Amino acid sequence: MNIFGFSVPAGYEFIINLVILLIKIGIVVGITMLHVLYATYFERKVIGHMQIRLGPMRTGFHGFLQPVADGLKLFFKEDIIPAQADRTVFKIAPVIFVFAALSSLAVVPFFDGFVIANVNIALLYVLAMSSLGAYGVIMAGWASNSKYSFLGGLRSSAQVISYEVALGLSLVGVMLMAGSLNLSEIVSAQQQHWYGMFLFPQCIGYFVFMVSAFAETNRTPFDLPEAESELVAGYFVEYSGMRFALYYAGEYIGMIVMSSIAVLCYWGGWTLPPFLLKALPFLAVVPGIVWFLLKVYFHIFLYYWVRATVPRYRYDQLMGLGWKVMIPLALANIVVTSVVRYIVP
Amino acid sequence: MVPLEWYIGLSTVLFVIGVVGFLIRRNILIMLMSIELMLNSVNISLVAFSHYLQDLRGQVLVFFIITVAAAEAAIGLAILISLFRNKEAVHTDEMTEMKG
Amino acid sequence: MLPKIFFGYFAVVMVVLSLLIVTRKNPVHSVLWMLALFFHIAGLYLFLNAEFLAAVQVILYAGAILVLFLFVVMMLNLKEEVMGERFGKEWPVGISIGAFILVLFFFTINKFSQGPTGQYTIERIKAETHTKAIGSVLYTEFLLPFEIASLILLIAIVGAIVLAKKTK
Repeated sequence: MNIFGFSVPAGYEFIINLVILLIKIGIVVGITMLHVLYATYFERKVIGHMQIRLGPMRTGFHGFLQPVADGLKLFFKEDIIPAQADRTVFKIAPVIFVFAALSSLAVVPFFDGFVIANVNIALLYVLAMSSLGAYGVIMAGWASNSKYSFLGGLRSSAQVISYEVALGLSLVGVMLMAGSLNLSEIVSAQQQHWYGMFLFPQCIGYFVFMVSAFAETNRTPFDLPEAESELVAGYFVEYSGMRFALYYAGEYIGMIVMSSIAVLCYWGGWTLPPFLLKALPFLAVVPGIVWFLLKVYFHIFLYYWVRATVPRYRYDQLMGLGWKVMIPLALANIVVTSVVRYIVP
Repeated sequence: MVPLEWYIGLSTVLFVIGVVGFLIRRNILIMLMSIELMLNSVNISLVAFSHYLQDLRGQVLVFFIITVAAAEAAIGLAILISLFRNKEAVHTDEMTEMKG
Repeated sequence: MLPKIFFGYFAVVMVVLSLLIVTRKNPVHSVLWMLALFFHIAGLYLFLNAEFLAAVQVILYAGAILVLFLFVVMMLNLKEEVMGERFGKEWPVGISIGAFILVLFFFTINKFSQGPTGQYTIERIKAETHTKAIGSVLYTEFLLPFEIASLILLIAIVGAIVLAKKTK
């Protein structure tokens, strides 16, 4: 093995690989946390301008240092634990929530060849981690010993279980088209077609996926678990300081992960459609990570756009939408896709 | 290489813990969880056999066990809910209707 | 040596976790220990080259079945539960039955001899990916049981709704 001209003695390759892996993890986590910081700023600015306000303006140029100020404030706040709370569960819950969100990033390829763990079951892994995230919410709701938290936790568990079915079923269409669960292979499978994105043949699947992703990340119009106007703030009312910040960060990491999965499965990841490259050959100069990030930013913008325009659903409407519209749509999509794939292999 | 017997031993110990939990606990919920524990211990031994005998049938059986476990948990919890609604009881020794 | 240490860790932790599950007074804590146990079982499946099963274990057991348990536990009256006795009156009988089964199993393990090996070697599974290999067995040899399993799930769905619905 040879690294930067230095030859590594046999037997030490394991250690070198481990160090490279740790550096990769550090880079991904660091960049994601920076994105989370500025995703909050981006959200406040976007929603502000949509409501004809300015958003944060005071801290730094156009409020550019606002997220740093918020982070510092949360960091120095007192950490309060309610008197009758189950202390251990209360402390572990936010850690599980952030852990589940962050560990999904391990299988996301950001550009060609850059992925922490190139596993063959990447899509299933992401689904598994998103179901683990539900525990962070339910445990917080139960351990806080407060009725608002508890209601938020119960709502969230029912919502996440229901919409996870639709989420998984909508991805089956992509699995059938690509013939793989590996995210890098899904991206390269999209390049085999002239349209270069599964968005066009899988538009129903994409629609179901995005609606379920909104519900999975507890964002408006499905933010019933936290519903600030009826449940105060839902499952994390009793949290303060750093633990509250963990929930806040976990929500944004979840959004970034879901957007990345949407981009990789439906928008061709870091690649451009072949017909576009044929028409405009100079676009091939731009590195893949730029396209990937642009597509992810578009999806994050979509989250904010929906939040600024769509009112919250009622709970029975939310459940009805999940079970009576989204799951049948996803099932129909699977049937159609597999029939088409059988005729046109 | 880990010998196959170790896996079977582990599976046995987990199974016995499940059996004992099922027999000695009063709470029906924990009894249902003990059943899940037993099913999981069987799954471990099936996957281990499948790996060592290089045959995927064991792992396919695990699928069916997981399916039946899901069905069993749903039905069991539904019975528990209707029991709790009618009798306000979740303990086995509180259900003494048939006692003469 | 390394695989043995790995297995030893898993074995010890799994036995401790399952003991915690059956002995905790608070059912919520039991459920949370069970969550940890399921993750360790998934790890063991990865160790046995069954990556698809590991994912299924986490998604189905931890993501669906256990959440159902947690859901029901939280609706019950826990204050009363923590006060009461955790074991029934007949606990010595249960433990002796368990000990008997344990001894019986350990005598049979010694008599164990390995049968003929099949065609799915580790290299073959790696070449065609575990998901594809398991799918090809499931949808050819086990097609009828697969359909019956879906019927079982349908019956369970209907049964659970009928049982848990409020009758007026």
